[in-house]
Amino acid sequence: MNELKVKISGFGGQGIILSAYIVGKAASIYDGKNASMTQAYGPEARGGACSSQVVISSHEVDYPLVDTADALIALSQEGYDKFFPILKKDGILLYDSDLVTHLKSNTKVIPKPIPATRIAEELGKKIVANIVILGFATAQAKIATPEAMKKSIKESVPKKYVDLNLKAFQIGLEYKGN
Amino acid sequence: MKKNDDKKAPQLLQGNEAIALAAIEAKIRFFAGYPITPSSEIAELMSRELPKYEGKFIQMEDELSSMGAIIGASIAGLKSMTATSGPGFSLMQENIGFACIAEVPCLIVNVMRGGPSTGLPTSPSQGDIMQARWGTHGDHSIIALYPDSVLESYELTIRAVNLSEKYRTPVILLLDEVIAHMRESVILPQKEELNIIERVKPDIPPEWYVHYKDSPDYITPVANFGEGYRFHITSLAHDKYGFPTRKIDEVKTMMDRLRNKIYDNLYDIIQIESYKMQDAEIAIFAAGVVARSAKEAVRIARKQGIKVGLIRPLTIWPFPDYDVQRMLEKCKDIIIAELNQGQLYHEIERVWSERTKSRLHKLQRYDGLILSSEQILSKIAEVK
Repeated sequence: MNELKVKISGFGGQGIILSAYIVGKAASIYDGKNASMTQAYGPEARGGACSSQVVISSHEVDYPLVDTADALIALSQEGYDKFFPILKKDGILLYDSDLVTHLKSNTKVIPKPIPATRIAEELGKKIVANIVILGFATAQAKIATPEAMKKSIKESVPKKYVDLNLKAFQIGLEYKGN
Repeated sequence: MKKNDDKKAPQLLQGNEAIALAAIEAKIRFFAGYPITPSSEIAELMSRELPKYEGKFIQMEDELSSMGAIIGASIAGLKSMTATSGPGFSLMQENIGFACIAEVPCLIVNVMRGGPSTGLPTSPSQGDIMQARWGTHGDHSIIALYPDSVLESYELTIRAVNLSEKYRTPVILLLDEVIAHMRESVILPQKEELNIIERVKPDIPPEWYVHYKDSPDYITPVANFGEGYRFHITSLAHDKYGFPTRKIDEVKTMMDRLRNKIYDNLYDIIQIESYKMQDAEIAIFAAGVVARSAKEAVRIARKQGIKVGLIRPLTIWPFPDYDVQRMLEKCKDIIIAELNQGQLYHEIERVWSERTKSRLHKLQRYDGLILSSEQILSKIAEVK
């Protein structure tokens, strides 16, 4: 049984649900695996806590939610605080190092910090922060192949922003960090 | 969502999107509704897709009128549907009864959310199972289908429209919020693989036409309003021409037909999935998304040598009494797992008898989250 469970958390407006959609599409349509993607949000559209999750598997996915995550992508402190407990031992924690500043000590996870929002701002559009961290997650947590992710991004973002998003993805993919 | 012309290619689709695409394939050409979470994507997609097929989409002022509009459109000859969630479903009940007594085919999708009242707008619940059956007043029969995946949402939407047209009755498609909002990769069936049932039209002169004709299989030709066939439609008890009546033989005939057209065709209407039941000593009875958790639990328990299986109703109304009976006779323990305070449990209890000797166990969750496979596994460990 080959299964990868990814949780993505942050605020409404950061592209949390789109991120899971991109991962789900990359894994299922372009990498030929099974994937199911779900989301959780409150009545608020922007600014409220938001999370999404993808289960990627070589077999059919029965239980579609993520109760224990192999990888957690956190784009807000609140998202980190809320979902850190479900990250499994030796799981990969990918987080925006400017937005998630209070980390729990003595934990047995693999931390992978990246200033995703700052990188996105330097590219000229803050909203591609999610794509920067997806690129980073592609390299560090092998959530999907880079080729599949690129195809999925092309299919999922507005046409005029495809180049910007692919650039953001590439920077994340090549980011070395610590 | 991008429509993929090559249907054999996998697509990443949401349950709600699958329902809208299936409705178009089933030749639904009229949608009236009032968008409500977690069903809104159905209305959104229908508003975009229907005009491409010369269909009509109307956003109504509320759910009472939505239900009224689809009944009217259906009488005029268009396959019609609406989609809603608990609060809207409550408002539709009166007119669902109208569709029952006037025998008007239509599809009502209810994506369930936590209740009562506006409850938990974005959280899953299976709290409307009984409302689907008895939400509208008076003796009546109803068909309700209940998918557990995105692909099955597609398939059962088509089946729901077919059953509705065939038996001239409203059909309810119940959906869990998780399935409605979940995206899965699916390969949709090709057009030629689909069996789409069309309304049987009368081929007799208009003066011979009887709108509520009795026939042994209950499948009678139906004329649309405006085609030259005269008939009357009322929500009062009526005779075979549709005119109000209080004659006891005519009332009973009408009431019997309303019931028998469903209950004499159970073999055609009821579908269940039986999973690893052959040698099962413990059975889980679960529908929708809970059945997915249960399936995973069954697989894990089987690896531990526990003989456990799953019965999943795809048709929830009429209730699959016969299959439940067999399950109760065969297994010593039954776990009824559901996201409410015991609506399926009470139905199983109704079918249970001294003779079946099985023990019933409740596993319920109604806090806005779904039952996990771990929770079902620990229940299995507890009862075995």
